[in-house]
Amino acid sequence: MPHDDPDHPHALMPPDPALRVKALETILTRKGLIDPAALDEIIDTYQNRIGPKNGARVVARAWCDPEFRQALLTDANPVLAGLGYYGRQGEHMVVVENTPRQHNMVVCTLCSCYPWPLLGIPPGWYKSDAYRARAVREPRKVLAEFGVTLPADTAIRVWDSTAEIRYLVLPMRPEGTEGLAEDELAELVSRDSMIGTGLPKVPS
Amino acid sequence: MTQAAPEPVFEQPWHAQVFALTVAMNEAGRIEWPDWAARFSATLKRDGLDRDLDGGDDYFRAWLATLEAMLAEQGAAPASEVRILRDAWEEAFLTTSHGQPVRVRDG
Repeated sequence: MPHDDPDHPHALMPPDPALRVKALETILTRKGLIDPAALDEIIDTYQNRIGPKNGARVVARAWCDPEFRQALLTDANPVLAGLGYYGRQGEHMVVVENTPRQHNMVVCTLCSCYPWPLLGIPPGWYKSDAYRARAVREPRKVLAEFGVTLPADTAIRVWDSTAEIRYLVLPMRPEGTEGLAEDELAELVSRDSMIGTGLPKVPS
Repeated sequence: MTQAAPEPVFEQPWHAQVFALTVAMNEAGRIEWPDWAARFSATLKRDGLDRDLDGGDDYFRAWLATLEAMLAEQGAAPASEVRILRDAWEEAFLTTSHGQPVRVRDG
């Protein structure tokens, strides 16, 4: 069939990198190194089932349950594994707690290491050169761009993730939330508040 | 740097595909994650030398280049095979009518 026959428009041509990915997939499948069904499963998991809601559940529970909070801060791995949130890449999870004296912020200066099981796939800005370079150099300015202004006497600590260690910020529980149930609290916990570039929502 | 609207997890289908391929190869024990992070960091650093990466398409292009290099080195997907299959996929898209499933013939 001619390539540009207007009566028979061909399937939409994907961009070059998409063709290269298809090539890899075909080669690895033919060699029995991967199973296409497993790829679909991985995509479905990250697109639909893993996301910041997981992390929000953990944060809300830590706000309600002092023993859980203590265990989480002491050694997050067994606690998170017990909830089914374990790292597929075998990484170590560390939870860092915000206090009036210290605000925590997470970055990966080298690439984009991120607590996938708790937050899903990182947003574009987390992967950008701008954030990766500036979070360490001028965190207060970066926070201001995210609309977060902290008291001058609150120190900002920036945690640099690696392939081996990933961080989750445990934000401070907003005031006026004493009467809320755990699942209502979880609604207040935004993705950015667990990266440290935001604060939890305040109940209206 | 901030974005008000919720973003899709993956902007392009191939971003999701290359991500899943890498995770699958890691789970199959063919790619160790610390190696991956080191190699990927190096690619990002090289790509970011002459321009600022925005963390979107350029990020996944760097991801793909890293995966291609690692799979070529370990022999799982030599560059020559990838070129042939890439062209086979291009041909398949050109010769498949719109609406029909696009396939490459078994090599």
